[in-house]
Amino acid sequence: MSKTAFVQLLDLAAGLVLVISFAALWLRRLATVARMIAVQGLALAAVAAVIGIYEHESELVGVAVLVGILRAGVLPGLIRRAVRAGDELREVESIINVPASLLAASALTLVSYATTRDVVALSPAPQVRAIPLGIAVVLIGMLMIVTRRKAVLQMMAVLMIDNGIALVMFLGTSGVPLAIELGIASDVLLAVFILQVLTNRIRTKFGGTDLDQLRALRD
Amino acid sequence: MSLTGTAVALLQVVLTIAAAPFLVGVMRLIRARLEGRVGPPIVQPWRDLRKLLGKDRMVSDNTGWVFSIAPLVLLASATLVAGIVPFLSTKSALDQVGDLFAVVYLLLLGTVFLSLAGLDAGTAFGGMGSSRAMTITAIAEPTVLVAIFALSVSTGSSNLGSIVAATLAHPATAASPESLLAFAALAVVTIAETGRIPVDNPNTHLELTMIHEAMVLEYSGPDLALIELAAHLRLVVFLGLLSNLFVPWGIATTAQPLQLLGAAVAVAVKIVVLAAVIAIVEVFMAKVRLFRVPELLAASFVLAFLAVTASFFLA
Repeated sequence: MSKTAFVQLLDLAAGLVLVISFAALWLRRLATVARMIAVQGLALAAVAAVIGIYEHESELVGVAVLVGILRAGVLPGLIRRAVRAGDELREVESIINVPASLLAASALTLVSYATTRDVVALSPAPQVRAIPLGIAVVLIGMLMIVTRRKAVLQMMAVLMIDNGIALVMFLGTSGVPLAIELGIASDVLLAVFILQVLTNRIRTKFGGTDLDQLRALRD
Repeated sequence: MSLTGTAVALLQVVLTIAAAPFLVGVMRLIRARLEGRVGPPIVQPWRDLRKLLGKDRMVSDNTGWVFSIAPLVLLASATLVAGIVPFLSTKSALDQVGDLFAVVYLLLLGTVFLSLAGLDAGTAFGGMGSSRAMTITAIAEPTVLVAIFALSVSTGSSNLGSIVAATLAHPATAASPESLLAFAALAVVTIAETGRIPVDNPNTHLELTMIHEAMVLEYSGPDLALIELAAHLRLVVFLGLLSNLFVPWGIATTAQPLQLLGAAVAVAVKIVVLAAVIAIVEVFMAKVRLFRVPELLAASFVLAFLAVTASFFLA
């Protein structure tokens, strides 16, 4: 793979991860947002694969396959089950409207570009230049947690934050050992399991997962 | 200003005006065939224009001068843009003024005059159409600017001809994230500005959500013909801008007749393919609710914005 092709493919895959987090804010149906998270996992796996192939590290390609299976298959599958289990309204409910959240996300992207200038200045490598994209995905995930009401959507937001962290990890370290990635993977899997169980308990106890209604204590 | 440059500009204007109604005819035919109808022949838009031009001019007593000159301003601005945009060659005589800002504001000038004309007659539908058109334009216009700006960051020039020439010189930039994002943003804006589904439905007249048709409701005869021709022309201009900015291959870099002929064929193929895609998508899509349109346009603005940040920070 030539240098320019590598830069182009890397930027495309990393850019796709960011664009999909915007799409997740823009779309209205829970099932579609869940599908977007799966596509984001695929794009993340592509980032790892591109770096692995360019640097001839077969271990990183293995990590990419693992990431693809976990983040584009298993975790979104769990979320899809959580979405299907809820017989409530299947539309996104948000505290701020869609254009406002898109604009807020754009502002967060600028913030991440601005705050990582010193980090980017450390190295001229194309991987390092794409790090702000990962930070932006993390920030957008946090925005989603803050502004969305459904517990299911917050699960997806947690996954998005984790995708962002993983993107920064791949770009910053140029490859992590398989053992570490396995540890992270099992950690995330466990977290999503716990969140799913929690969501189900909230639903059976209160009849819905609108977290705004769970603020006041009742006996 | 060279003689060949003037000839290229004139050729562009003549060809686009001649071809624009045919393009609309092709799109209508594709839609009709996909919906299982026979559909009108491709020359039907030209026949409609001829019929309208042959009628008497009827103007309401309550209208002012804006109503009378709006069709002329709309057609004149669209014609000028058709001469500026690099369709056939990067060596058009109007290339010196072929600035991105000039093109965007010339197109905006026509939109604004049409909206004013919609208000001028004082009918309920006209005012509604104008207010909606302005709502859409207010978000769409900055998106166009920002999207093309993303391309001009890497070129270092806001001249459309130089942007096209730079993409020709470095083919790899056509697949970079910033140009893909800018393409997506411009595609959404093209659909909004030319009044296609899912923003506006070009086929209905008696719908409460119409935009373009509501503004031109008071026009008839030759005035309506001018407005229709201008609308067709704007469609070609937007599609041509979209195809040549991002896929410029085939465009002539000199003004030799043979190269110009090849460029004309290339740009025609590109525009017809784009138009066919739009027509096919329209068949399978419903118009979105009017209040959802700003969401769609906000998304395209965000794409354009991401394109600019990518071209500034990543490249």
